Amino acid sequence: MGSNLSLAYLMLSAILFVIGGVGVLIRRNPLVMIMCVELMLNAVNLSFVTFGKMLDDISGQIIVFFVMVVAAAEVVVGLALIVAMARRRPGATADDLRTLRG
Amino acid sequence: MIASLFAQVDPSMLRGGDVTSGALNTGIVHVAGPSIDWLALLPLLILLVGGLLTLTFSSFLKTRAPKSLFTWTTVAIAVAAAISVVPMWARVQGWGSVLWWNLDQAHTGPFSTAGGAVGIDGFSLFITVVLCAGVVLAALLADGFLRRESMTGPEFYVLVLLSAVGGVIMAMSNDLIVLFIGLETLSIAVYVLAGMNLRRVQSQESGMKYFILGAFSSAFLLYGIAMLYGATGSTNFVDIRDFMSAVVPIHNGLLLVGLVLVLVGLAFKISAVPFHAWSPDVYDGAPTPATAWMASGVKAAAVAGLVRVFMLTFSNYSSTWKPIVYVLAILSMVVGAALAIVQSNVKRMLAYSSISHAGFILMAIQANSANGITAAAFYVAVYTFMVAGSFGVATIVGRKGDGNHQLSDYKGLVRSNPWLAGSFIVMLLAQAGVPFTAGFFAKFLAITAAADAHAVPLAIIAMVSAVISAFLYLRIIVAMFMSGGDDGTEDVVDRSNRLRVPFAAGLAIGICVVVTVGYGIFPDLLLQPARNATPAAVQYERPTDSLSLGAAGSSTGSTTAGR
Repeated sequence: MGSNLSLAYLMLSAILFVIGGVGVLIRRNPLVMIMCVELMLNAVNLSFVTFGKMLDDISGQIIVFFVMVVAAAEVVVGLALIVAMARRRPGATADDLRTLRG
Repeated sequence: MIASLFAQVDPSMLRGGDVTSGALNTGIVHVAGPSIDWLALLPLLILLVGGLLTLTFSSFLKTRAPKSLFTWTTVAIAVAAAISVVPMWARVQGWGSVLWWNLDQAHTGPFSTAGGAVGIDGFSLFITVVLCAGVVLAALLADGFLRRESMTGPEFYVLVLLSAVGGVIMAMSNDLIVLFIGLETLSIAVYVLAGMNLRRVQSQESGMKYFILGAFSSAFLLYGIAMLYGATGSTNFVDIRDFMSAVVPIHNGLLLVGLVLVLVGLAFKISAVPFHAWSPDVYDGAPTPATAWMASGVKAAAVAGLVRVFMLTFSNYSSTWKPIVYVLAILSMVVGAALAIVQSNVKRMLAYSSISHAGFILMAIQANSANGITAAAFYVAVYTFMVAGSFGVATIVGRKGDGNHQLSDYKGLVRSNPWLAGSFIVMLLAQAGVPFTAGFFAKFLAITAAADAHAVPLAIIAMVSAVISAFLYLRIIVAMFMSGGDDGTEDVVDRSNRLRVPFAAGLAIGICVVVTVGYGIFPDLLLQPARNATPAAVQYERPTDSLSLGAAGSSTGSTTAGR
């Protein structure tokens, strides 16, 4: 893999990460926010694989599996929290979460 | 090279590692799994297996569980884990014997095991014990609380135990990925704890907020780890350290951005300003015993992560990260103390004061010296008891529904519950740093460490912010002394308004008071272990006697992972 191509992958991963980050900040639907966090984590996975390839080191690719497991566990908890919230207040968005402030 | 593959693997997944290496067919690559010192991982395993067994057996219970069964199980598990640290502590410190037990140890000193994934040193063991203490206190506080809120069941205790597992992994981590996995194990359990009280809409809200922001910050931490991996070629602390001392990259953008992103991720967990916005809301909405665990356990684990990454791995790169931590420390101390004063809700006040405490710990970390590590370890240990006790009182005063946390709800507490109010006063004064409490020595050590590291302006700002936050604690104390009957408009609070203090919660608050005052009068008892709690970066060494099975394959097995 040429270094230009590696750089392109790193740029792609950075762009995906930023898209995910902006998504968390501007979207109000909790489900979409979780999707954006997942996008961020997967962008990082792409970075890990690219770095692993650049360094000729297998551990960059091994790490990705751990991150996937962590991301899956995170989604499970996130969806459970959303379900609990939706039961109580159907159709609630992140803007409705404002009983706590001060 | 392939052994480095295993260097990343979570130790609990490698049970059969040495067995698979026995397949010595030619033409197949022989992989010897890393040798694992199970005794060294015992605290971790006790917490993990204890938590899982509690969950499993509770589902077999046909009738309702006996009163407080899970509380005392959890306390027993945490105490057992803390005790299992003792032999390792003796080994790391090179003691000849523990009490009557004569140790015949071939190896002494800090070491790393499980393929270099975990490092057993004074610091990791110290934080492990602190986390166990946090579990005990949270479990005791939860006992009466869960019954009051009709939430009885093993869930709370299991989640606290599992998040403590994550904290211990973080404290022992010797690899950035292990640190990340530990942080996530810790956080995911705490997300659930925060949103557990389904009857309170605030609890759900706090769980949701914590989850979104926590996952967001974890992504930053992970991106930082990816960049550090790209810049140094490894995620192992020892390898990164070696790389840094060999190459001295001065203008390495990747390294710099990576470090900053890792700092952001960890600063979020200890709720340092400007990454603090979540903490008052989450502390306020979460069930109060869960808040006690969040403020004590989660913070201790995150501080352990900061120390291991910055003071251990990147200590000779401190010219880069020190100024950033310097600014974070100032902002946390001042903003935390200032915003706490304008609150009217005691849980939020304590949340802002915990932000201010995070600033003091960051001040100790930016010293980047042995004194700084001692100060951080001492501060974390003392803070665990002070804050757990404070939220313990808030748990009881919250009354049924866990909603009475306004300053006015504390009116007349001195008359109705003198012992409870007295304990709260001790804990608040300790947080303010009054002499003869452990809080004084914690602040003193942190300020001394900063002054020794030529950060005198920082030390002065710390003292000023300590004065500001003293006002906040006095405000709560004054509220407790007001009886409500002085102007004749309200009912007088007296013994008839007494709050029932459950035995377990009373015990927890009692422990906190005794420890806070005890270490205030005899600080050496804690200072000595804190001085010995030094983190160490030790290269993983494959013990030669474990090579009887795949000797050919494992000769390449020393973990110079990746390079």
